[in-house]
Amino acid sequence: MSRLPRSLSILLSVAIILLGAYPLFGDVLFPNKHAFLMQKLTGIMIMAVMAMSLDLLVGVAGLVSMGHAAFFGLGGYMLAMLSPEYSAANLWVVLPAALVVVAIASAMVGYLSIRTSGIYFIMVTLAFGQMGFYFFNDSKLAGGSDGAYIMVKPAVEILGVSLLNLGDKRTLYYVGLGALVGVYLLLRVVLASPFGRVVSAIGVNENRVRGLGFDPVAYKLLAFTIGGTIAGLAGFLAAIQYGFVNPATLSWHHSGEALVMVILGGMGTLFGPAIGAFVFELAKMGFESVTEHWLLPMGAMIIGIVLLLPKGVGGLLLQLFSGRSKMEGGQ
Amino acid sequence: MNSMTSAVLDEGKVVLETRQLTKSFGGLVAVNSANYRFIERQAHAIIGPNGAGKSTFVNLLTGHFPPSSGEILFKGQRITDFPAHKVSRLGVGRSYQKTNVFPVFTCFENCRLAAQAQLPTSMRFLRPAAMYKEVNERADWALDLCGLKSRGDRVAGSMSYGEQRQLEIGMVLATGPEILVLDEPLAGMGKEESERMVGLLKDLARRFTLILIEHDMDAVFSIAEVLTVMVNGTVLESGPVETIRASKAVQDAYLGDGAEAY
Repeated sequence: MSRLPRSLSILLSVAIILLGAYPLFGDVLFPNKHAFLMQKLTGIMIMAVMAMSLDLLVGVAGLVSMGHAAFFGLGGYMLAMLSPEYSAANLWVVLPAALVVVAIASAMVGYLSIRTSGIYFIMVTLAFGQMGFYFFNDSKLAGGSDGAYIMVKPAVEILGVSLLNLGDKRTLYYVGLGALVGVYLLLRVVLASPFGRVVSAIGVNENRVRGLGFDPVAYKLLAFTIGGTIAGLAGFLAAIQYGFVNPATLSWHHSGEALVMVILGGMGTLFGPAIGAFVFELAKMGFESVTEHWLLPMGAMIIGIVLLLPKGVGGLLLQLFSGRSKMEGGQ
Repeated sequence: MNSMTSAVLDEGKVVLETRQLTKSFGGLVAVNSANYRFIERQAHAIIGPNGAGKSTFVNLLTGHFPPSSGEILFKGQRITDFPAHKVSRLGVGRSYQKTNVFPVFTCFENCRLAAQAQLPTSMRFLRPAAMYKEVNERADWALDLCGLKSRGDRVAGSMSYGEQRQLEIGMVLATGPEILVLDEPLAGMGKEESERMVGLLKDLARRFTLILIEHDMDAVFSIAEVLTVMVNGTVLESGPVETIRASKAVQDAYLGDGAEAY
């Protein structure tokens, strides 16, 4: 991934600053719906993290996974299962533990699916995702199909001093924003590294990467594991936010939604799928408020965007802001 | 480990060798008991009609296909079952018959990625690839050698076909090979592009061990020192270019009456 055009970087930074300022002025703009919108935005930012993690697989490495939500859901379930019922879990223990478990799970799923490609890879990841779904749906491990509650949010303390109160909606909002920015920057750094260059090249032409002396399996497996673990982080945060997990978080519907966010936002652009999460969730919210048949206009919108912007919103922005399109007078 | 030490013949050191190398696809034997010896710093061309098994041979040699039977030795080391990426790491660089560059990357990025093969591993995650000085230098060197120094910032997919063919070779060079296996580098090129490429290949023949698969006879005769004629998966004849050129059997089987007939 090459560096973003300067003007686009500025635009994205402004968007992040506005998001950061929202809790301060949201009260004035939307007096009745402020609390609701802040929660909604928190959820969207968490989904944006999920979408970016999926973009690493789909858009960068060329691995179209239909089971990505399994890692999201697993991250949430780990929090539910590791939290004591009536007291707060220690974040410094449960977060790393959850991420390690998700990393191991995604490495295992990756190991078993990465040697397939194309439609077979989609099918194998779909199957693993559904295995995860039914595992939590049918077992008594964490409430079965009813799901499980996280009664007390994890405590964030150092030496007994509370740093953050995750029960506070505004605090959680900033945690979500921090995760969004942090994961984006982390993935940018990783994609610019030698590892990231090889993974990007695999997405373009895997066979040639092999011919140049890199073992694609190792690089794809690690990318898959990184993507799965970040999805687990998103699921962990979502579980904190909602105080509840259920098997639907692992299901292929959820994987499919994340995939739609990636496609709407622009595969392989990283910032695009994050925008895709906002477009998807805000449009869903808008249509839901107008009609109970919201899936219909939603579907029409998705088809429209895919037809008009084959490279997604991110692709459009790149085209608008890149110097080349100016020279060629494009769009 | 193979106990045989690499034979030192009077013409030089054997760097790559195949013994009874065979590849069959179902009932078709594409390469049949091929015995080859490639001498260090020699330019070795393999010619033969379409379907002779040349490309399959290249795919075997570079680990892209596993052989059905036989052996491949690199400097005496048995590498028969090595996968492509390991063969490449050993120093056997390979270019492809069909242009096989990364079209969305710039020319320089293509070479830099290839040059990353010089690092012990590319499993490095934090420092930007652009900041590895030795990798950048290697990429620059390869771009310069393949004649694309001024094209570094061009997106590979937007360059002319001939330039993409040059880049194809530049990428192989950037991996730091000892042996270059070039599969029809002149395929599909116009006259001018061809001339430029032949110049490049002559230059490379002086610096590397060259294994050249090519249809263009004039080019082959002007570049190669040793020539092997392959027909139906087997070696018809092999030897110094002049000998092969004069060989009656080869002329009958492949070259026709004169070189220009092809």
